[in-house]
Amino acid sequence: MKFMLFVCVDAAVVERLPDEPDRDEPMPWADELDAAGIRLDGDQLRPPRDATTVRVRGGEVLLGDGPFAETKEVIIGYDVIECADLDEAVAIAAKHPVAHNGLIEIRPFYG
Amino acid sequence: MNVEEVVADTFRQEWSRIVATLIRVTGDWDLAEECAQDAFAQALARWPGDGVPRRPGAWILTAARNRAIDRLRRRNVETAKLREIAVIGEPDRVADPSGIGDDRLRLLYTCCHPALALEARVALTLRTLAGLTTAEIARACLVSEATMAKRLVRAKARIRNAGIPYRVPSADLLPARTSGVLAVLYLLFNEGYAATAGADLVRPDLSAEAIRLARLLAQLMPGEPEALGLLALMLLHDARRDARVDGDGRLVTLEDQDRTRWRRDEIDDGVAVLESALDRGDVGPYQLQALIAACHATAETAADTDWAGITRLYERLMAVLPSPVVALNHAVAVAMSDGPAAGLALVERLEVDGRLAGYHLLPAARADLLRRLGRHDEAAAAYRSAIELADTVPVREHLAGRLVALQAPLQRRFSPP
Repeated sequence: MKFMLFVCVDAAVVERLPDEPDRDEPMPWADELDAAGIRLDGDQLRPPRDATTVRVRGGEVLLGDGPFAETKEVIIGYDVIECADLDEAVAIAAKHPVAHNGLIEIRPFYG
Repeated sequence: MNVEEVVADTFRQEWSRIVATLIRVTGDWDLAEECAQDAFAQALARWPGDGVPRRPGAWILTAARNRAIDRLRRRNVETAKLREIAVIGEPDRVADPSGIGDDRLRLLYTCCHPALALEARVALTLRTLAGLTTAEIARACLVSEATMAKRLVRAKARIRNAGIPYRVPSADLLPARTSGVLAVLYLLFNEGYAATAGADLVRPDLSAEAIRLARLLAQLMPGEPEALGLLALMLLHDARRDARVDGDGRLVTLEDQDRTRWRRDEIDDGVAVLESALDRGDVGPYQLQALIAACHATAETAADTDWAGITRLYERLMAVLPSPVVALNHAVAVAMSDGPAAGLALVERLEVDGRLAGYHLLPAARADLLRRLGRHDEAAAAYRSAIELADTVPVREHLAGRLVALQAPLQRRFSPP
């Protein structure tokens, strides 16, 4: 099965993040999954304040700034993994460093 | 046994096995349930005329299997899958000493998967393992049949879509997941034994199902002493069920229960199961609770209760299961062995702690201890808060009775002769 892992942290934490992420910081979690062919893709995202929402109403394209919904947790990154089932996905997500202070939302792709 | 009794008996024996196997092979929960249901309906229609087959279980399994093949053929399912279904039940079921290969265990771990909401776990377990109908589960869970039907549909869809596997978890996950399964079974039992809402104090059907499932789990996991511990705990509680409520449906406390109404055979069974669990030397929270229940169940009279021993067991239980409810029970045991003042000090510590706020047994325990200390005004106030928090009618009535008894001597004192 293919799963999307949304890496989420508290909105207050995002406010304190530096403008540019440290891309040289080692990430053994991702390296190991890449080497095993489990992680298909993944990256970090800019905070919700830099988001733009798009909706089309009555043929008109409407843009909004900011996130589509104010939530306590915000997505700061994602990983796409391929593994057998939810138990394996949970085991992988539980090893993600952010799982210890933020949370990882696991969402299966349509099969 | 008449034919209907044989069918009912076969249902209890075979339902979960048939459903569990059909789910594994077809991956389709609805199909599995419907085919099993059809097979029992066929038995009810045909056995009265044809006679009961020599092996009723095998007959039902074959009928369910054939029904599954028919339905899948109509859906143009590939031949390989059909061939797999065709051999279900053909070779005599091989005994699997580890139990891990048993489809019912796969089903139980899947139904109790932590990615499902607790109420969904309960509903699925009652439907697929216990074989209760949606209407029966709705009644047991105090929701409408439509709500329960929706809950079951959603739970099955979630298993399919979220990627919840149909298997017994791997060794590293097993301990945590097993305690999750035990918790669901204990919840079922407690809902039957001490219904948390509604007019009935005891819903025996639910406790009986929970005992049956715990026995099955203990059988399938002979290496897990806590499964035996849970079974023993249930049996020792259940043995007292006739004495817990009087003829008018009123709650009778342990102290006042007529011990001749306790079921001796169930106590003996519970103690024997507990001993076989303790032999394995790994004493977990269910075994400790069963040990406490055994202390009560084997005391000749309430006065013979070994409260000092029970206090020590609660101390051990608090070390492995640090919950405020356990601490409250410990406080009550201390009050019985060392006097009400010692118990009250512990109860007051729990009130400060705050985690039991809203739990009626906390003010109820406080009220009983104050009453025993002769502080009647404070006791009356505590009984009133307990009555306000209690969810079931019998519990409220019991507490109200205590309150009246407390005030009765005063009224007598002040009323004219």
